[in-house]
Amino acid sequence: MHSVNDRSRDIGEFVPQPDDDMLICRCEEITKGEIRKAVHDGMWTLTEIRRYLRTGMGLCQGQTCSKLVKGIVARELGVSPAELEPATSRAPMRPTEMRILANEVED
Amino acid sequence: MSNKADVVIVGGGIIGCSIAYYLAKKEKSVIVLEGSDHIGDGGSSRNGGGVRQSGRDPRELPLVMYGIKHLWPKLSEELEVDCEYHQDGNLRLGKTEKHRQILEGLTERAKKVGLDVRMIDGDEVRKINPYLSEEVTCASWCPTDGHANPLTTTLGYYKMARRMGVRFITGEKAIELKKVKGKLSKVVTENNVYEGDTIVVAAGYHSRELVSTVGIDIPMVQNMIECLVTEAEPHMFDQMLGTAEADFYGHQTKHGSFVFGGTSGFEGVSKDNGTPICNSLTASCECRGIMKYFPALADAKIVRTWSGWVDMMVDGVPVLGFVDEVPGLVLAAGFCGHGFGIAPGAAYNIAELITTGASPVDMTALRYDRFKAKI
Repeated sequence: MHSVNDRSRDIGEFVPQPDDDMLICRCEEITKGEIRKAVHDGMWTLTEIRRYLRTGMGLCQGQTCSKLVKGIVARELGVSPAELEPATSRAPMRPTEMRILANEVED
Repeated sequence: MSNKADVVIVGGGIIGCSIAYYLAKKEKSVIVLEGSDHIGDGGSSRNGGGVRQSGRDPRELPLVMYGIKHLWPKLSEELEVDCEYHQDGNLRLGKTEKHRQILEGLTERAKKVGLDVRMIDGDEVRKINPYLSEEVTCASWCPTDGHANPLTTTLGYYKMARRMGVRFITGEKAIELKKVKGKLSKVVTENNVYEGDTIVVAAGYHSRELVSTVGIDIPMVQNMIECLVTEAEPHMFDQMLGTAEADFYGHQTKHGSFVFGGTSGFEGVSKDNGTPICNSLTASCECRGIMKYFPALADAKIVRTWSGWVDMMVDGVPVLGFVDEVPGLVLAAGFCGHGFGIAPGAAYNIAELITTGASPVDMTALRYDRFKAKI
């Protein structure tokens, strides 16, 4: 992407909403309100949101919530969700025990 | 909005964000330019979280000691974010006679600078951390070391600096520095030109190419290193860990997961396609290394691996401060993979240097003019 993004652009004040306590990231128990507040604290990319709040960093690695998070952040910023790059997916695809991951060579 | 400020900082990692924060506290106007799309996207978000004095070069040690004494203890409160700072000591572990010699050398040099660090034997190590295997025969122990969360700390500095009026622009890669009448005052990006009375270059390895446009050369290379993280586990220990052999390091986070970094031996020859990509051999190798120290973690599940670039200086310590050849330029780069723990201390002192002309900690040994040929 690398498009110029001035983080001082006015996105308006944080306005509380009735469903702000709804859980969005179930693994790490992060609510909609926390995600919306983080956007107003300057976290404008899904990567920053993830690092700031831990959304998508739990056991499912964001396979459940990343679309929801994207929609919430886009709405808060007033941009299309298509403009937001997803956070990087990282190996391993499934949580893997150390003794199994370690076992790819013979002793 | 104006593209002029008292200080323009190139690099939105923890060094750039924290310098911006301390300058804003001194009522300087600041613009921070970040080349990537994300704040803190380099080593700032990819390191193992050590806030460590032991094992450091005596030239940079006073800066991290300053930060641990004056800044780290109140940082969460100050940044209104949980930095997860723990000050429960650092164990640097050894298994062999050669390891013991390495650790003794590091310990003696740090003691001379006034650090409380000492050698302990295997039994004492297991009193501090009962999960360590019998293979561990010695360690250096520094009770005032610790660890913190690099993600929330970096983004916490960003959040507060932004709240205080610092203008952050991401996706704005600096490509050239320009002097006007002999003094550096302009940063040219791919899209714009920014002006400042002082230009701080805190862009990690990218600093080398950028400052070459005003005729100076920082002797550094880029190395890739890798980390992994487990699922949340029951609480086991609070110390920061490292080893004499540097085969792994890490800690258990507040969340319960273990963050470990390690090496496979292929670090110097990693592929460079513009983004750091994990080597398929490394995570497995790290797991074997970790299990030798911590047999109890064999069933812990790895959920994520990642890698990052280290800006490695020729002599292992960063280059900080003004540069005689280029008035107006301040360097803050080359932290060699241990820039996180030292960031608050280094940034505070650089902000003092810029605003008052002097810093509480003497940074002379880290200046650009230290580089001399060997004969």
